[in-house]
Amino acid sequence: MVRIGAFFVGLFFSGWLLVTFLVGAVSFVSEPPAPTAEHEFHLHPKEVSYSFNGPLGHYDKAQLQRGFQVFKEVCSACHSLKFVAFRDLEALGYNEAEVKAIAKNWAIKTPDVDPKTGEMAGRAPVPSDHFPKPFANNVAAAAANNNAIPPDLSLMTKARHDGSAYVYSLLTGFQDQPAELLKEFPDAKTPTGLHYNPYFANLNLAMAPPLTAEGQVTYGDGTKPTVDQMAKDVSAFLTWTAEPKLENRKRAGVAALFFLLIATGLAYMSYRNIWANTKH
Amino acid sequence: MATLEETGTSDAGASGEEGVRRRDFINIAAVSFAGVGGVVAVLPLINQMNPSADVLAMATTEVDLSGIQPGQAIKTTFRSQPLFVRQLTPKEIAEADKVDPSTLRDPQSLEERTVDGKKQWLITMGVCTHLGCVPLGAGEGENRGEFGGYFCPCHGSSYDTAARIRKGPAPKNLEVPAYKFTSDTAILVG
Amino acid sequence: MSFPWAQHYTPKAPLMQWIDQRLPLPRLVYNAVGAGYPVPRNLNYFWNFGVLSGLALMIQIVTGIIMAMHYGANELVAFSSIEHTMRDVNGGWLMRYAHANGASFFFIVVYLHIFRGLYFSSYKAPREMVWLLGLVIFLLMMATAFMGYVLPWGQMSYWGAKVITGLFGAIPLVGEPIQTWLLGGFAPGNAALNRFFSLHYLLPFVIAGVIILHIWALHIPGSSNPTGVEVKGPQDTVPFHPYYTAKDGFGAGVFLILFAILLYFAPNFLGHPDNYIEANPLSTPAHIVPEWYFWPFYAILRAFTFDFFFIPAKLLGVLAMFASILLLFFLPWLDTSPVRSGNYRPVFKKFFWILVADVLVLGYCGGAPAAEPFVMISQVAAAYYFAHFLIILPLIAMFEKPLPLPGSITEAVLAKHGEHGAAVVPAE
Repeated sequence: MVRIGAFFVGLFFSGWLLVTFLVGAVSFVSEPPAPTAEHEFHLHPKEVSYSFNGPLGHYDKAQLQRGFQVFKEVCSACHSLKFVAFRDLEALGYNEAEVKAIAKNWAIKTPDVDPKTGEMAGRAPVPSDHFPKPFANNVAAAAANNNAIPPDLSLMTKARHDGSAYVYSLLTGFQDQPAELLKEFPDAKTPTGLHYNPYFANLNLAMAPPLTAEGQVTYGDGTKPTVDQMAKDVSAFLTWTAEPKLENRKRAGVAALFFLLIATGLAYMSYRNIWANTKH
Repeated sequence: MATLEETGTSDAGASGEEGVRRRDFINIAAVSFAGVGGVVAVLPLINQMNPSADVLAMATTEVDLSGIQPGQAIKTTFRSQPLFVRQLTPKEIAEADKVDPSTLRDPQSLEERTVDGKKQWLITMGVCTHLGCVPLGAGEGENRGEFGGYFCPCHGSSYDTAARIRKGPAPKNLEVPAYKFTSDTAILVG
Repeated sequence: MSFPWAQHYTPKAPLMQWIDQRLPLPRLVYNAVGAGYPVPRNLNYFWNFGVLSGLALMIQIVTGIIMAMHYGANELVAFSSIEHTMRDVNGGWLMRYAHANGASFFFIVVYLHIFRGLYFSSYKAPREMVWLLGLVIFLLMMATAFMGYVLPWGQMSYWGAKVITGLFGAIPLVGEPIQTWLLGGFAPGNAALNRFFSLHYLLPFVIAGVIILHIWALHIPGSSNPTGVEVKGPQDTVPFHPYYTAKDGFGAGVFLILFAILLYFAPNFLGHPDNYIEANPLSTPAHIVPEWYFWPFYAILRAFTFDFFFIPAKLLGVLAMFASILLLFFLPWLDTSPVRSGNYRPVFKKFFWILVADVLVLGYCGGAPAAEPFVMISQVAAAYYFAHFLIILPLIAMFEKPLPLPGSITEAVLAKHGEHGAAVVPAE
């Protein structure tokens, strides 16, 4: 009884799936899906080598400081970094007094209640504060940015495939729309107000190229601030903001693996030893 | 018919004994090594309950003293607990100094409980040492108890003007947290 | 215990005697996973995955309890409480990554455990109850994993919750009220988040309870073995301890090494980047996919694109997806071949490996965007999946001519060693 019922249920599902497949296959062959500009022209992130890649990777603190400077002078006007606190900057090699000064002189104020009047007011951030947001809310952010909301950058490099290289590629990938694209897809012209970038999923993004000229920031350590260098530094910084415990994680991983390899070796010897006289 | 168990090894006698011991050693080593690993793996499970980085970042508090008049006290917070900051009047200082510390339950003089040269600034936790209630006396018009300091309404502990326990069940004086003057009118607690 | 030659628990230490007389818990453990449980001597490494599943559940419960200590089940703070755990809690990143990757490892070992059961027909009499209880555990695991994935309240969490509860919306008439009831609202929100958290905390303990039943049911007939021939006497078995505790210890080491590689060096490899974006009810991710362990079922769900007369395609997909799991409950009565082990079933063996490939293809299609050619491939693969269990297996059982079985486990073991000469080294 079970087998007869099963036979018909199986026949129903399998049969209908095959019918569906045949109809789909016929239409796939007769009218193949039209290619899209996104499919043809979207590029995967460039290959970038970072100090934190690989199982023994670690952050280059000087690079993170440079990246922080780019974030501070360029990105922070529009992008928030809400999961990171000023105190976290000590991991970049700043001492307590420097962190305090960075917080105190931050261009955006931390919203708080005025202790005398009880009105909402801004105060200078302190190290225990998170980075204040440049816009009070999404409506304000959209209104100031041509209806596009600049995303929070704290986790950006983990929120995209191959995130560090993605951020670098996006920052260095702004270009004119290729002529072949327009020839092949005349309707895919980049709308006004958007900017063509092959590393962005749908090729056109609202953000204008933020890093435009060499020397846009002046590095204290004498590194030449080319657009490429700034992009690399800020993408490294944003990798740190997304994964601040990367170094602890990799270090702990090496120790854990070292231990486990020995333990497993011993366990194997013990297993062989116990079974030594028993055929199986 | 062959057997499933290989009875003994080819070498017998002393070297066989040796082999047995070596094998036991491997089993013991494997189990102990795994045991050590297990103990080490438990450490982060315990450590995660310690205060997190954001809590530790709030572990110091700055207090502005400029608005506090003699005889007045303010209640603020330090590590999520009430902190009493009080400017004593000369009369209150004199009252506190009049008492011989050796007669007290928790013998301490006002000098020992304040910073040198800043004897009028009495900074204590607002946590009764009995069972952790918040004593009255820091707010305007609150009952300061019969010794003019603080009075805990829970079980009637009375503290004097140096916040020392004088009467009631509390075993200790109100705790003085670690703090330092960063200027004449500001302190950093913690 | 069902084997008369099983060793009896005779505690030497007075304390153990004292406890055993008052609460025979030491005896229970001894008979369950100690020297008192005789196990076929010829088990291969595929028999490690039961114990490894238990290890994975323990890792999940321990790290999960810790995650709950730092988690806030509220749509306003859920995402940031996870970030707080990752950034500020001492070793919180380790707990979080261990919990997220632990779920994947749990499914890896359970899938291997299930496929071992399929190949060696561990579901056949007298072990049907073991199989059925195992499937109950599998269903509970899927529910737990799904609800756990909602908790971080990222984009995939939110949209996953919406899509999966939307499956119930496919049921005619009562579907939409059921969906609303499940969510406690018209879209995933605070109510859903809180109940999912509550149940996500509860279900692992239910799983642990069913595991006890699963092991209990296993101990009635005893473990199966690669020959599929039942144990005939003491020469066929070895005591679980120390023989299989040692082997499982080694297996656990290998498991933990692979787990550590993923956890410490590629903790986000199996996750989806979109879940690092906070839930946004106004913006759907480009393509919503569940976690990898649901991909084969997700592919079956999406394979149905045409209505079948009065049954809408959506409902058909939902029915097929549930059927694809529920049909496993009928497996003991679908495969009627008296031979258990795939090693002695030449035709079954071929189709088994086709099934493995088929499920992998389904998994790949389930993770791919819902576009051609993946939909067409998944339609063929899903058709085979149903045909395999519901049509092919019963037919094989009727027509297949199995290879001659060894007389006993001992005979098989001796034959193997005979082939390899006088090897003293035990070969797997």
